[in-house]
Order: sequence, then C-alpha cells, then structure tokens
Amino acid sequence: MSDTHAKTVSFVRTEMLPEKAPPITSIGPIAWARENLFSGPINTIITLLSLAFIYLILSILLPWMFSNTWSATSLRECREMTGTDHGSACWGVIRERWEQILFGFYPQEERWRPILALVLLIVAIAPILFTAVPRKVLWLSAIYPFLMPWLLWGGTIWLPVMVALGFVIAYLIVRFGEDLIGSLGSMVGAVAAAVIWWLFLASPIANAFASVLPLALETVGSREFGGLLLSITIGVVAIGLSLPIGIVLALGRQSDLLIVKTICVGFIEFIRGVPLITLLFVASTLLNIFLPPGTSFDIILRVIIMVTLFSAAYMAEVIRGGLAALPKGQYEGGDSLGLNYWQAQRLIIMPQALKISIPGIVSTFIGLFKDTTLVSIIGLLDPIGLATAIRADSDWIGVLWELYGFIALLFFVICFGMSRYSMYLERKLKTSH
Amino acid sequence: MTTLTDPPKDSFRLSMLLYDTRYRSMTIQVIALLGFSAFVWWLIGNTAQNLSDLGKEPSFRFLGEPAGYDINQRLIEYNSQSSHFRAAMVGVLNTLVIAFLGCILATVLGVAIGVLRLSKNWIVARIMTVYVEMFRNVPVLLWIVLAMAILIETLPAPNAFRGDTPSASMILNSVAITNRGIFMPAPSFTTELVSSSVAWWLVIGVFVASVLGVRYVRKSATATQNATGVRPTTWYLQLGILFVPMAILLLVLGLQWTSPELKGFNFKGGLHLRNSLIALWLALSFYTAAFIAENVRSGIMAIAKGQSEAAGALGLRPNRIMSLVVLPQALRVIIPPLISQYLNLTKNSSLAIAVGYMDITGTLMGISLNQTGRELETLLLGMLIYLTISLIISTVMNVYNSRMQLSER
Amino acid sequence: MKKSVFIGALTVAGLAAAAAPAATLDEVKARGTLNCGVSTGVPGFEAPNADGEWEGFDVDVCRAVAAAVLNDAKAVEFVPTTGKTRFTALASGEVDMLSRVTTWTFSRDVDLKFEFVGVNYYDGQGFMVPKELGVTSATELDGATVCIQTGTTTELNLADYFRVNNMSYEPVPIETQTEAQQQYLAGACDVYTTDSSALASVRSSFADTSAHVILPEIISKEPLGPLVRHGDNEWGDIVRWTLNALIAAEELGVTSANIGELSAAPTDNPEINRLLGTEGNLGEMMGLDAQWAVRAISAGGNFGESFERHIGENTPIGLARGLNAQWTAGGLMYSPPFR
Repeated sequence: MSDTHAKTVSFVRTEMLPEKAPPITSIGPIAWARENLFSGPINTIITLLSLAFIYLILSILLPWMFSNTWSATSLRECREMTGTDHGSACWGVIRERWEQILFGFYPQEERWRPILALVLLIVAIAPILFTAVPRKVLWLSAIYPFLMPWLLWGGTIWLPVMVALGFVIAYLIVRFGEDLIGSLGSMVGAVAAAVIWWLFLASPIANAFASVLPLALETVGSREFGGLLLSITIGVVAIGLSLPIGIVLALGRQSDLLIVKTICVGFIEFIRGVPLITLLFVASTLLNIFLPPGTSFDIILRVIIMVTLFSAAYMAEVIRGGLAALPKGQYEGGDSLGLNYWQAQRLIIMPQALKISIPGIVSTFIGLFKDTTLVSIIGLLDPIGLATAIRADSDWIGVLWELYGFIALLFFVICFGMSRYSMYLERKLKTSH
Repeated sequence: MTTLTDPPKDSFRLSMLLYDTRYRSMTIQVIALLGFSAFVWWLIGNTAQNLSDLGKEPSFRFLGEPAGYDINQRLIEYNSQSSHFRAAMVGVLNTLVIAFLGCILATVLGVAIGVLRLSKNWIVARIMTVYVEMFRNVPVLLWIVLAMAILIETLPAPNAFRGDTPSASMILNSVAITNRGIFMPAPSFTTELVSSSVAWWLVIGVFVASVLGVRYVRKSATATQNATGVRPTTWYLQLGILFVPMAILLLVLGLQWTSPELKGFNFKGGLHLRNSLIALWLALSFYTAAFIAENVRSGIMAIAKGQSEAAGALGLRPNRIMSLVVLPQALRVIIPPLISQYLNLTKNSSLAIAVGYMDITGTLMGISLNQTGRELETLLLGMLIYLTISLIISTVMNVYNSRMQLSER
Repeated sequence: MKKSVFIGALTVAGLAAAAAPAATLDEVKARGTLNCGVSTGVPGFEAPNADGEWEGFDVDVCRAVAAAVLNDAKAVEFVPTTGKTRFTALASGEVDMLSRVTTWTFSRDVDLKFEFVGVNYYDGQGFMVPKELGVTSATELDGATVCIQTGTTTELNLADYFRVNNMSYEPVPIETQTEAQQQYLAGACDVYTTDSSALASVRSSFADTSAHVILPEIISKEPLGPLVRHGDNEWGDIVRWTLNALIAAEELGVTSANIGELSAAPTDNPEINRLLGTEGNLGEMMGLDAQWAVRAISAGGNFGESFERHIGENTPIGLARGLNAQWTAGGLMYSPPFR
C-alpha cells in the first residue's frame, strides 16, 4: 500500500519533517518578557518606569547600607570612619546594642530561658497548627501555660505546679461530682473549689514544698524585660489569656439570654471602639485606681491585663465568625443526640469553630504583636522605646535609620512568616470541604 | 399513642429555677446581672476609695479653666487662654481631619494597588506585592515615626529658600515644600458684602446644589432612555450646572489666592499643611492602603470569570465591564472589610502623639492630662469621644453597605 | 519574696498578695530593692548603657539612697516613666521615689500631694538658635517655629512668655528630647526651648557646636529635684538627707577617695564626724545605721564628683557648675547642717 501510494502521488511528502525549534521570540526568557513586560506600548512604558523606580531606590539604599562601620563605638567614630555626616550607615550601634534590642535588660547569663521558652512555645503549638505532629505533644501544650511564666519570671517551680493543681481539682470535681450533685452544681462547686485553692491554699502549700525541695530559677523582675522579648511576651500571654475569654464572649454574644448578650456586646463594642493607646493610658495611670486600695501590679502586668481585654474583644469576633460559619445542621445534630448546651459546645461546636477560626486568630495575633510597639508611648522599653533610650546615650545621639531599620526588619521577618503560615492554613482549610 | 399525658399541672417549686429549662435561663440572667452589677459596684467603690486616699475628687470643673498651652493646628479659634474644653474640641476636629483625609487617600491608593496587583505586567504586580507585604508586616507606629523622620531629614528647611542662589525654590512660585510642611496658596474673598465664613457657606451650598442638579439631570436622562431607548446627550448640561453657578459666585465674592511668602523666620500667608499632619496622613494611608488592597484584590477575584466574559459577549468595552459589571459586584465583598479598615485608621490616628500632631490624644489626653493631673476624667472623656466617632463611622458605613447589598427576593 | 513576681504573673494569686500600704522604708527593706522612677532617657541625667545599667546624675541619687538604706548601690529597680506616667507611678506606690528632672512647683507639691526633698540641679528654661539666624535675644523671636517637649512645664512657660511679650510663634510639640534634637538640627524648627542644662548637653552633642547659640534669656526657674509621696515623712527625711549628705560631703571635702580614711576614725572636724557616723547617732534617728552616709557617698562620690562624672565640663555634656556650685563658691547648693 505504502509504496503504491508513494508512486502514484509523488507530490505528497512521505515522512514527517523534524520539529523546528519555536521562534526565539516565543520561548524562554524573551517570550516571557514579551508577554509579561512588553506586551504593548503602555505596558512597556510602565515596565520601564518601574525599573527606573527600583533603580532609584536601590541606588540610594545600597551605597548607604554597605559601609564598613561595624566596629565603631560611637557616632563620632562612624563619621570619622566614613568621612561623611549622613552618606552611609553606622552599623556599630547595632553591633553594640542588638542584644539589648532583643532581650532588653534580661540578665545575660539567664538568656537561655526566654530562648527555651520560645522553642517550647513553637513545639507546644505545633500539634494545633500542623496535623502531622504526633498527638502526644499535646501534653506539652497543656503544661506550657504553667511552664512559660516559670521560665520567664523564675522563682520556685511549686507555685505554677500548685496553680495547675487548681485546674486539676476543678476538673476532678466536674468529672466525678456530676453524679452526686448534678452538672450545674458540680460546675459551681468546681469553680468555688479552684478559687478557694488558689486564694488560700496554693501559696502556703507551695511555700511548704519549696522549703522542703527548693527547685527554683533565679527570679527576673518584669522590669528587666525589654526589647523584642517584651513584645513577644505581651503578645503571646495576651493572646493565650484572651482565647478563653474570647470564647466566652463569643458564646455570650450568640446566646438567647438578653442580659448576658447585652453585657457581652457592650464589652466587645466598647473595646473595639476605642484605640489601644487609650487602654494603655488606662493601664499606666488608672488601673491601680480601679483595684482595691493597696493592690499594685507592676506596669508590665497592668499592660498585659489591658492588652488581654483588648484582644479578647477581637478574639470574640473571630470566634463568632467561626461559629457563624458552621452549618446549622451541626447544632441540630447536637440537639438530636440529646446533648445539653455545654456538651454540644464542647464536643461538636467548639472543635470545629475553633479550627476554622485559626487563620483569624493568627492574623489577630499578628495585629496584636505589631500593636505591642505602642507600649513605647507609655514609657516601656520595647524595641521602639529602647531605640529612643539608645539615642539618648551620648555616644549615639543622632543615630536614626539604622535602629529603625533593624527593628522594622525584626518585625517584618516575624509577621511575614506568620502571615505566610496563616495563608497556607487558609488554603488547606479551603480544600478540605 | 394516646398515653401521652398532659404536662403536669405543676405547682412552682424553688428547684425549678435551676432544673426547669423554662426558668433556668431567667435564673442565669439574673445571676449574670447581679454579678455584673456587683463587679461594677466593686470597681466604683475601689475608685472612690483610692481617689479619696489620694485626696482627689472626680470633677470636670477643670474643663472650664484656661488651658495655658498653645496648639499649632487649630480649625477653630483658640489661644493659650482658652479653656481645656476648647482645647479638647480643637483636638477632636484634628482627629476628624486626619481620619477623613486618611480614609480618602487610603481608599484611592488601596483600590489602585489592589487592581495593579492583578496586573498582567509581571514587574508591576511584583512591586505591588512587595509594597503590600512591606507595609502590612511592620508596625504602623514605626511607619509614622519613619515618615516623620524622612520628611524632616530629606526636605529642605525654609532657610534653603533664602539668599541670592537658594538651594531650593518654590514650585510655580506659589508652593513651598519644606521640612516644616507644605505651604500652599490659600483662597480668600475680597468681597465686602458678606463675611468670609458666610462666603464659605455660600460656596459649599452652591456646590451641593450643583451636584444635586447634575444627579437630577442624569436621572431624567436615564428615565428618557428607559422610555425611548435613546439616551439624550447631557454632558454639556452637566458641566454647565457644575461650573457656571460656581464661577459666577466666585466672581461676585472676589476670589483671590494668597501665596505664601518667605518672611522673617518662615513662610507666611497661604495654607500651611504641617509636617506632623503630612507624616501621619501618609503613614496611616499607606499602611491602611496595604490592607485595603488585599480586600480589593480578593473582592475582584471573588467575581466569577464568566461575569466579565458574558459582559464581553454583550459587546461591552473593558472599562465598561469593570465599572458596570465587575466593580458593583466586587463592592459587596469589599465594603464590609473596608468599614473595619476605616475604623482601624481612625483609631490608629491616636498615634499622632508620636509625631506631635495635636489630636484628641495630644490635647485632652496629653497636655491637659499632664497639666491638670486629672487622669480619670480626661481618659474617660477621651474614650467616650473615640467611641462616639467609631459608632458614627460604623453606622454610616453600615447604612451604605446595606444599600449596596443585593436585595434578595 | 522570690515568689511575689510569680504571684503577680498569675493574676488570681496576685490579688491575695495585696497588702495594706506600710511605711515605705519597711517596704523597701522587705523588698530588698529600691524602686526609683527615672525618665526614658535624658543624656547625662539618666540613660541605660550597653549593659542595660542606668547611669547619670539623677541615677546617682537613687543609688545613694539604695546604698544608705539597703547597703547595696546596685539594689535599685529603675522604672522608666514618661511625663504623663511619672506622677501616677509615684502616687500609686509603683515607685518609692522619683529622680527624673522634675521641676518643683507649688501645684505639684500641694495639689498633686508630693514632697520635693530638695534640689539637685537649678535649671531654667532657655532658647537655642542656629547662629546663622543672627538672633541675639529671645525678644527677636516673633514668628519663629519653636520645638518644645510636651508634658512639661516648658510649654506653659513658653506660652506665657510669648503672650506677655506680645509675640506670635508656632509650637512644634515633641514627645522626646531625641526627637526634638533631630528636628532642630534639620531646621524643622528655628528655636529649641527646654531647660538650659538640656540645651547645653544637646548642643555639646552636635557635630559643630559653635554654629548654635544659647540665648541669654532664662524665662523660668526650674529647680529639679527628687520627690516622694506626701505623708510618709520618715521616708522623705531619708531621701532628703541622703541628698544633703552628698552636697555636704562636697562642701566638707569628703570624696569617694578619702572617705575610707575619714570614716575609719574621728577627725578634727566634728561635722564630718557626725556626717560619717564616727560621732553622734544621726543615722539611728532616721532608722538607719551610723554608716549610712558613708555608703551613700561611696556609691557615686559626693555631689561634685557625680556632677563632674556625668554632666561636668569634661564630659560630652559639658555643663559648668554655675548656680549649682556650692554656696561657698558662689552657687546655690547649700546643705543644712548635720547636727
């Protein structure tokens, strides 16, 4: 067949031509550039303008950045080294002060503690954030809230142990008292027992244990916290504490009980309606006035209290969003199984609502973490506050961009990392249903 | 089936308060109310006790006393002999000014950047991504401080405009950009007929009337189009309504522009936009714009591609597709987060204190607090003011939002 | 005591730890540290160094008090306060004393219920201008843009001065001194006004000090000194007499170099003996021991030594003694007798 064909129709090509390479303008970088950068006259102009813009920025920034002033010990020395007043950066200030910007005044030999606390924090939240982590790590997550204050502030280990015991007692009463005195009774009993334990028994018993077996870390006062350590401490503690408060507020806002709902809505809207800085002013000047005469927290704890209230209101809104996103069938399913309100919340609603809220919680945390810089306005030495203090040192009067640039970089790295994570999570949650 | 008994004719027992679901919610509410009242009572009691220990008595009388300090940017008459209350009002107005300006610029920038992030031009899209990430992930306080530092360090001082060969010169001989702010020509009226504030009200009134007139013309044009299928050409009418009455009014009032002049230490005359205002305005707007850009981007991406393709199939041109099909739908997604961004911007404007912009935090909760030592009163009042502003913004925006939302049937 | 921090951290327990206010001296002794309020940073007066230790002229007063009371000049917790938070911090008991460039005024003493225990620096508000403006007197400042620190008496003085002299000005309010400096140097304001000591120290930090002049007018009296709460007179006495001991030590020629020798045995000068506890029982009267002043003076040297080390003419700050010289040298520093 084939050779008859070949003979009869001589003008038909019998074999395929080899593939030719595509024209140079439609493959590789050139094609890409044509398509993405120079697809039309307007586009070309925009591209050129953008390139000029980038060049302008870099031509200002790079010569400034690359200056060999790492070893300088004062701004004067820097100026001598570079021979100009403003033309190049003075990195000596970062070399001399970077530890202070990270740790504040935390004692040098104790700095492994905040680092360890941070590492443990990452491990402790890993099972919540990544599903691949073994579930056993959850035990660490459970004890972490008691471990972290001990690591950071030091003191005897017995006090956090005793505080944790209060929760255990409450749990046991709820668990076993339900049959004896009913669910409501056991819950009230648990709260009462825990409060009594904390107020009257925990401290003496901890003292007794401490005198028998003194397991203690050196105490570090709140005032020695500073720099990034202070920002992270305030951010993490406030978010951690605000989670339970936020859940309660969100449930209160969703509930049918008018008075409860009004109180919750009032609180949430009040906090969300005023700037954080006014709450910090309250922390710095008024909070002691609201408390019983003689009570005195130091300023950092007062700030943590107010920031917790602040983030609780935002947390409540995030969790309310999670609750609203749950299909109604989940509530009805819970009802049809005969679960009461708290059982349904604990076993069905909350696990799902919290899971969908995680991206929102992460972005609340990012926002809060950035907002911790506001404490510099009330005189705490967070990175920005420290920058001011460093600039008051007579060696470094006049240093500006280096410090702010360094601090901006620190915040950028942390916040950017977290926001990438939250985006990853959002994508993962989206595909799951 | 008929064994179902009637609910027992129960006599009320005390335990039913706890175990009967009909009454339990009542009980819980009463307990919650009692607990809440007790808490508030406890707070008030503590406060009263502590204040009397300190020998202070809560009183707002200080609001009537002379403030004693000067404020640079004041929209109403104020001097150092005015009362603390008036200082607070100056602060409130300054807060409103920065919030208003900030929201406008942030929206414009945010929409532009959000659209550009979806640009087909790779390099533009990347630059916008870098912009968004850079501004979102660094604290706004740092941006405000940096903006101020950049303005102060890079712009020329008024001194640079002096001498025979000045190193800086005014733009068009009327605008001077200095590190003390921007000095611009200011309009004023030469007329003797009415006072200048009346003249301003007249201008505003005529402007509003013209806008309403234009809207009426458009509406009637649409009505004609609906009835006949042909849209009458009205653009010249619209332009006329917008400009002719205003031009006549300005001519009658004798509008003139006063340019700033370098006199003594500084530029005099004209309009002075202070450094603190500009730094705060730019920093807040750029920061908030990064968030708005993300909202806009996700809003546009939420519109199904079929929408614009269908519009294209109907023969609409790309810009009409954007304005008639995509944006109206995207707006429904964009507006709710936009409201919260406006609120955030307004609240963040309280960081004005970092650059010395005299808003309500700087006057009432700043210098007045310092000079009088009345922490409780000033802070309560300040928080109340912020709360009111926030509530007004969210109410207005929510009304707008509900009008924009699809009315489902 | 170690647990107290922890108790605070766990709010619940913190409430239990609340105690009725006791005498400040007992509290300080029980706590083992002195809480001293300072500012967030004024060159020469208070600023943290690279090791995180606070240094400065005001800081030395805190250290002297700690040395006198607790026998340890390092046992001080420095609490940075802003112009807004300083008085609340003191009133609420968060700090035991304030030593942070605070002007002694009637209303602060009487209305805010504080007790100024003395003056460690006599200051006054002045103006600094660039030389090229050609201004020689503050009365020529009509229309100037003035950089000014908020939260101080400065802004009230300024408003009064310009109003009385019928001049106009444009205030540029600034939160911290470092910002003010930056703005002034960049020409964002024509004039920088603050206490003249701060002006001198700011000027000394400039690259070209001769390009700026401090105008002759001093428009206010700013006696700066440490203060304590009203009502606890025993504690007030301790702080007052510690400050006086430093001043008296300079007058009597007691320095950190010769104090060991002078306090070892009674000298010929009975006042030195009483001061250093080798004669009489002045320390006991205050509830301290006889060696209190020896420790206070050894902590940072006498008044003059501290002055020279932190703000004197050989430091970058470069302040002359002026009003702050001893009364015997024509100044105002005058300690009541130790008797």
